[in-house]
Amino acid sequence: MGDFHNPDSDIDRFRFRLGFAAVTVLLAFGLLIGRFFWLQVIQHDFYQTRAEDNRIALIPIVPNRGVITDRNGIVLARNYSAFTLEITPSRVPDLEAAIDALATVIDIQPKDRKRFKRVMDEAKNFESIPIRTRLTDAEVAKFAAQRYRFPGIEVKARLFRQYPLGNVASHALGYIGRITDRDLKWIEEVEKQANYKGTDHIGKNGLEQRYEFELHGETGYEEVEIDAGGRALRSLKRIPPVSGNNLTLTLDAKLQEITEQAFGDRKGALVAIDPTTGGILALVSNPTYDPNLFVDGITPDNWKELNEHPSKPMVNRAINGAYPPGSTFKPFMALAALEMGKRTPNQTISDPGYFNFGNHQFRDDKKGGHGSVDMYKSIVHSCDTYYYMLANDMGIDNIAKFMAQLGLGERTGVDLGRDGASESKGILPSQEWKRQRFKKPEQQKWYAGETISIGIGQGYNAYTPIQLAQATAVVANNGVMFRPHIVGHITDAKTGEKRPVEPQPIRDLHLKPQNIEVIRRAMVGVNKEGTGARAFAGAAYESAGKTGTAQVYSLKGAEYKAHSVKKELRDHALFIAYAPADKPTIALAVLVENGGFGAQSAAPIARMVMDYYLLGKLPAGAAKEDDTAVEDDNEE
Amino acid sequence: MIDITATLRRGWQQLIAHIDFPLLVITLAIMAFGLATVFSATYDGNQRVLSQAGNMGVALVIMWFVSRLPPQKLMSFAIPLYLLGLILLVAVFLFGIKINGAKRWLPLGFTRIQPSEIMKIAMPLMLAWYFQKYEATLSYKHFIVAGLLLIIPFGMIAKQPDLGTALLVGGAGFFVIFFAGLPWKVIFGLGAAAAGAAPFLWNMLHDYQRKRILTLIDPTTDPLGSGYHIIQSTIAIGSGGAFGKGYLNGTQTHLEFIPERHTDFIFAVYSEEWGLLGNALLVFLYTLLIGRGMIIASAAPTLFSRLLASAITLGFFTYAFINMGMVSGILPVVGVPLPFMSYGGTALVTLFLGVGILMSIHTHRMLVKK
Repeated sequence: MGDFHNPDSDIDRFRFRLGFAAVTVLLAFGLLIGRFFWLQVIQHDFYQTRAEDNRIALIPIVPNRGVITDRNGIVLARNYSAFTLEITPSRVPDLEAAIDALATVIDIQPKDRKRFKRVMDEAKNFESIPIRTRLTDAEVAKFAAQRYRFPGIEVKARLFRQYPLGNVASHALGYIGRITDRDLKWIEEVEKQANYKGTDHIGKNGLEQRYEFELHGETGYEEVEIDAGGRALRSLKRIPPVSGNNLTLTLDAKLQEITEQAFGDRKGALVAIDPTTGGILALVSNPTYDPNLFVDGITPDNWKELNEHPSKPMVNRAINGAYPPGSTFKPFMALAALEMGKRTPNQTISDPGYFNFGNHQFRDDKKGGHGSVDMYKSIVHSCDTYYYMLANDMGIDNIAKFMAQLGLGERTGVDLGRDGASESKGILPSQEWKRQRFKKPEQQKWYAGETISIGIGQGYNAYTPIQLAQATAVVANNGVMFRPHIVGHITDAKTGEKRPVEPQPIRDLHLKPQNIEVIRRAMVGVNKEGTGARAFAGAAYESAGKTGTAQVYSLKGAEYKAHSVKKELRDHALFIAYAPADKPTIALAVLVENGGFGAQSAAPIARMVMDYYLLGKLPAGAAKEDDTAVEDDNEE
Repeated sequence: MIDITATLRRGWQQLIAHIDFPLLVITLAIMAFGLATVFSATYDGNQRVLSQAGNMGVALVIMWFVSRLPPQKLMSFAIPLYLLGLILLVAVFLFGIKINGAKRWLPLGFTRIQPSEIMKIAMPLMLAWYFQKYEATLSYKHFIVAGLLLIIPFGMIAKQPDLGTALLVGGAGFFVIFFAGLPWKVIFGLGAAAAGAAPFLWNMLHDYQRKRILTLIDPTTDPLGSGYHIIQSTIAIGSGGAFGKGYLNGTQTHLEFIPERHTDFIFAVYSEEWGLLGNALLVFLYTLLIGRGMIIASAAPTLFSRLLASAITLGFFTYAFINMGMVSGILPVVGVPLPFMSYGGTALVTLFLGVGILMSIHTHRMLVKK
């Protein structure tokens, strides 16, 4: 250890070590300068951008959703501003405690907490989530006085969707709800993510969904300087949002409301179309529901009730319910026979009350038969035998070929729901259809006997009320077909320009006028002297119609099968009609589930709709089920 | 008149007799930048600027006072100060109050003190005294004792936990031992042992300390947590560019993206506004300060003053390097202020105690020789 206490070498060693330290210091500072050079010169642009990004936050400004009005300007969907109390969970360390404390100031129900939790689970990153909506002014004031106690909780003014008429037209309007993962995928598919920043509601079905991107509008932005805590310091620039486009419907809200009332507590559907444009005047599916329930996030209880109710109020029967058309199919069969030259109007058959095919006997409703029956009589008195024979003569593929032109068995393309998939196709049976429908070879073969009952609208075929309404409209409009649509025109929020929806026909069947005239006369006869006469007694206009009854047991849907009680076994009542017969402006199809005979429950509803639409008033003693019609009109 | 002038001049010369002007000018220059940057970083109506100016005044008076004390006097403080520091550290351990999860403060009724701060001076003072005392008979045994004198307070401070202060105290003590002639083979041996014990030391670290080290490797893993400081301060520095955004124009600063921007992270504020040029100037000033300290140490007449002066000088370096290193993202975030820049009276007083000691050593060297 000698070198520890040699004074001279001590000094030398110290100075050497000091020199060593000096070099270390210079190297270390050199390293720092190198680091600064890297950050401030080489990486400068990168950090410059990062700093700019840091400085400016883009706060989206959600546009006002477009307003939906009926053809007469009655508002069906609008927005109103209300105060909500919102919590940003990321800024509140102990949510439970904060909500408990909040509950001492503002009334917070268990259902509010439940909804908050549910929405929080679905919410994106750092959204603020409503704990209470629609605060009263007094509540706002009460909270404002104590807001210092509640960091991360604030009162916000939000626009809420409101459907002022409640249940009316809910199946057409649809509703909006919170954006879910599925909706996000949709938004991504159409590359609208940027426009949906800040938006938390989206159309879930009906018009609200189909016209989502018209109604939504363009999201605006506010560029604000913010600090790291996210507090806005000042606004740099504001790009205002552009409100969504307004929809003006072809639908008549008053007509819609009256029709829904006419259904009462009966299940069913009605679609009324202006045959000259395809514009839908009323689209009813009963029962309905209140779309306002969904706006705030529907409560589980309400959802359960709507979803599990045996009458299935959430199902849009008008476009998703497929029913055998029953005797309403007969005018279309007759038209097909004329067009294909299988029958002439005056050609008569002899009806013994049944039709034998192979060793099976197909019965007519009327015991003993209708006697000598021509085409007019076959429709007016709804003679089954006539159509058993006709169907047998035509063959299934000819029937299918003609009916397809009328739009049966294909989606009408009505502007409801996100895309075509929200509408049912129905079933237009054919040999090809059967081959595809069944797997086993023995099931795939079409038997000629199966064609017979197709002639009277029974058997495999099943159509939606909107398909029947469209087919009726095509006949009413001399074979020119329009796509049924509910929106008449869209008013551009920016330019005020009105864009009409599809004025052009999509198909012309080139039907012979004399053939159409035969069908028209026969259907007018139905409402004058046949099965529809009672419902249309004393009408101030000439109308054409056809009643029908669909056997429930042949329904493809399972809901009426096993646990059925008497009412649910009753047949579905149908009625198709158009008026005025010489220059139709309205064509419709009505379906009343378990309504029995079409003349009994469906035709009176049609009469009401037509009276109101054509005359602006209701028939005397309207909306009552016509029980006495049963005996008189049992021949359909 | 002439007499009065002469008397005044004599009085003035008396007053500044122990002031080392290079040190004073350098530290005043750094402090000027510091005040300007505190002004930029705060919006409280100059409250902090004025308060910091007051701190500087107090610190300068202390410096002045200390510079007048001869080194022998300083030596006599070594044991009492060290023991006081140790006792207070134990007191903190027993009665300290926790702030932000760390037990660093000792309440004294009217105020609270951070005893670890005392150790920043007491530690090199004690060790320098110890080596001076055994200068003639220095052996391994003394290095072992010095090591113990170092490791006990170091461990207690690290346990509080206050890694920043522990590093500064430990560093100051180590420098004394190093300059006292700790053999290179021991230094390398300790280095190798430390490397070998790294996994063990890793386990000794607190979670937040580990997190800070991990965050250093990749700050983006925790952008809203502990990586946030580093991300924001490197953005501030990088966006400053070569010439800076200009005084009072740092957006990172003024939009409050930089945390602790008038204290530990003041360098990010300075760097954003003054750029690489400003950084180079500041590093140059620190180099001058350290250079001046090394000259003083080199010229110091006794082992005690050499060791103390060099340890204090390298202490300044440690402060500056750790702070700028952590703010620019090459060292983990530890609570070390930027010397003479960061807001805070305690640190400033400690620093000027050091400056005063350097001045004392330098201005008393001739007296000692005589």
